[in-house]
Amino acid sequence: MKKIFKMQNVDCAHCAMKMQNEILKIEGIISASVNFLTQRLTLEFDDSIQEDVLDKARKACKKIDSDTEIIG
Amino acid sequence: MFGLTKKQKRTAISIIISLFLFALSLIIFRFFYDISGDNRLIAKLIPIIVWFGLYIFVGYELIIKGFKNIYNKQLLGEDFLMLVASLGAFGLGIYNLFTSNITEGFEEAVAVVLFYKVGQLFESVATEKSRQSIKELLDICPDTANLINNGESSEVFCEEIKVGDTIAIYPGEKIPLDCTIINGESSIDNKALTGESLPIEVKENSILLSGGINLTGELICKVNKTFSESTATQILELVQNATEKKTKTENFVSKFAKYYTPIVIALALLTAFIPPILFGGLSTWLYRSLSFLVVSCPCALVISVPMTYFVALGKASQKKVLIKGSCYLETLAKAKTFVFDKTGTLTKGEFAIKEILPNSKKDEILRLAYIAEQNSSHPIAKCITDAYKGEQISGYTHTNFAGFGVKAVSDKDEILCGNYALLQANGITPTENKEGAIYLAKNGYYVGLITIEDSIKTEVNGVIGALNKENCKTIMLTGDTFETAKNVSERVGVNDFKANLLPQDKLFEVEKLLAQKQPNDTLCFVGDGINDAPVLTRSDLGVAMGALGSDAAIESADVVLLRDDLQDLLYARNISKRAVKIVKQNVIFSILIKCLILILSFFGITNVWVSIFGDVGVAVLAILNALRV
Repeated sequence: MKKIFKMQNVDCAHCAMKMQNEILKIEGIISASVNFLTQRLTLEFDDSIQEDVLDKARKACKKIDSDTEIIG
Repeated sequence: MFGLTKKQKRTAISIIISLFLFALSLIIFRFFYDISGDNRLIAKLIPIIVWFGLYIFVGYELIIKGFKNIYNKQLLGEDFLMLVASLGAFGLGIYNLFTSNITEGFEEAVAVVLFYKVGQLFESVATEKSRQSIKELLDICPDTANLINNGESSEVFCEEIKVGDTIAIYPGEKIPLDCTIINGESSIDNKALTGESLPIEVKENSILLSGGINLTGELICKVNKTFSESTATQILELVQNATEKKTKTENFVSKFAKYYTPIVIALALLTAFIPPILFGGLSTWLYRSLSFLVVSCPCALVISVPMTYFVALGKASQKKVLIKGSCYLETLAKAKTFVFDKTGTLTKGEFAIKEILPNSKKDEILRLAYIAEQNSSHPIAKCITDAYKGEQISGYTHTNFAGFGVKAVSDKDEILCGNYALLQANGITPTENKEGAIYLAKNGYYVGLITIEDSIKTEVNGVIGALNKENCKTIMLTGDTFETAKNVSERVGVNDFKANLLPQDKLFEVEKLLAQKQPNDTLCFVGDGINDAPVLTRSDLGVAMGALGSDAAIESADVVLLRDDLQDLLYARNISKRAVKIVKQNVIFSILIKCLILILSFFGITNVWVSIFGDVGVAVLAILNALRV
């Protein structure tokens, strides 16, 4: 399943890169890309983790920058 | 105020207050607070408390983030490094206060966090600015459409609409999906897509592309393409993914950043402990190692490189030049070989009358040609009937000789209109002979001929001239005969041309050119996207122009010129060159400054203040430079 989320307060380019790497570590994520310029997160994930994928991605981003929000 | 977001405003205000308090404390403790000779504890506690209060006030966000970095094991995170540097400076301040009654360290601690904040604000404002530049483009696509079901309209998410569904588009709404009008008339503003400001009139059976705005009338349409395949969505996707393809420079920078920070931290640790063991003077060396920590983040580099490319991509998209990735900026900047497809790129792909011979019988010839060609829909026939301005003539019966021409017969006249062979076959020998001309005869006698040309776009000469001037190779590919190709290439001004090419031959020619070019040179192919998708893909850089509505072109090209104007190629090239130049400046400038500061602060020639400039100042300068694109 592929979904696009809007993000807020993605303030630095290399944080975006780090967030992407962090999200990719989540189990069940097939592909992830954090777009710094458009502040969009594109996630492709296994249907089995659909319920908590957003929470996990949020946590991963907050780990890098606690100001960053993902709007679900 | 200055278009800042709420968070930015808050930061700006807190920075202004902090700066004021910082200056105040600086003045008080430097000039009016003398603790030499005062050995009471309270005299020492006052500066500690005041500076620490200020430190917390200015830097509480950073401090919290820094500690979070520890918790999340992000020990190379810049927040954490700044926290260590500032706390170290503060600790040094306390140490100095008790050992030698000077307060060196407190000021630096506050300055580190304060200017770090200034740098972050700058970065965030600049980012916002470059985001704004593409926002207009991101806004071309609505989220919902009015689906018509059993005569009733309901608002539905575009993703849910299928091909063949019927939708209504009301005046003032954006066209959500590519569709065909089945009922209604209106005018469409396609400015967001093509940059063309004149509205287009549409009626039944007109094809609409998503992203345009319906201006006047209500339209009922049948959907041709799903949302994800519709024009606007494709363009959006293209822009959104543009920054994901990393350039060589960006890869270099991230590699550099990966090693730079740990090395500088290691140097800082070594500086803090090895020399004091050898020579003593712990506080001096600690101070120097703090200078190291402050410049340990390669922020200026990491920020300014992608930022420069963002700004360039954003600016280009405002001009309706879509560049699919930052890496193509670097490719385009290097391109020295430009290969052009002829029809649709250099020429309009529309035919026009070049000359009518003999000129004295011009009106008569045109009239005869009109009579013969009036029922044909062939582009050449159309250009003749369009050129004829006289009254309508009827009463002729037409016979078509495929590949030769037309015979039009009435009770009085017999008109022949076609190539040389047609006239010869009817026993007439034209007195003139021109390559590719259309010959006319009336009642068995030769009358004259018309030559047709594909008219060259007005801007082409200027563009090719500009490229030639910069020693670029310009080559034209065409399926025309050698003679026609030679003629066109002379008028256009290209260095070289290849004629008689079938579409698959074009690919072969490009392969050959690719093999010939210098290793540092890149080959840029410019086509209109019709039939040249393989060539667009194979070239180092494929540019499709006026490609709106052609999925294959948008998909296989690296740069899409939405407006049908070749000048945009030069624009794209210039902005690429500028971006690459600025990136180079930023990379060299910031690496040099940082290395210089590392060396100078090791020998104690510069202090923490210079390091703060090396961190924040360089970042701000690099960002300002990036915005210049």
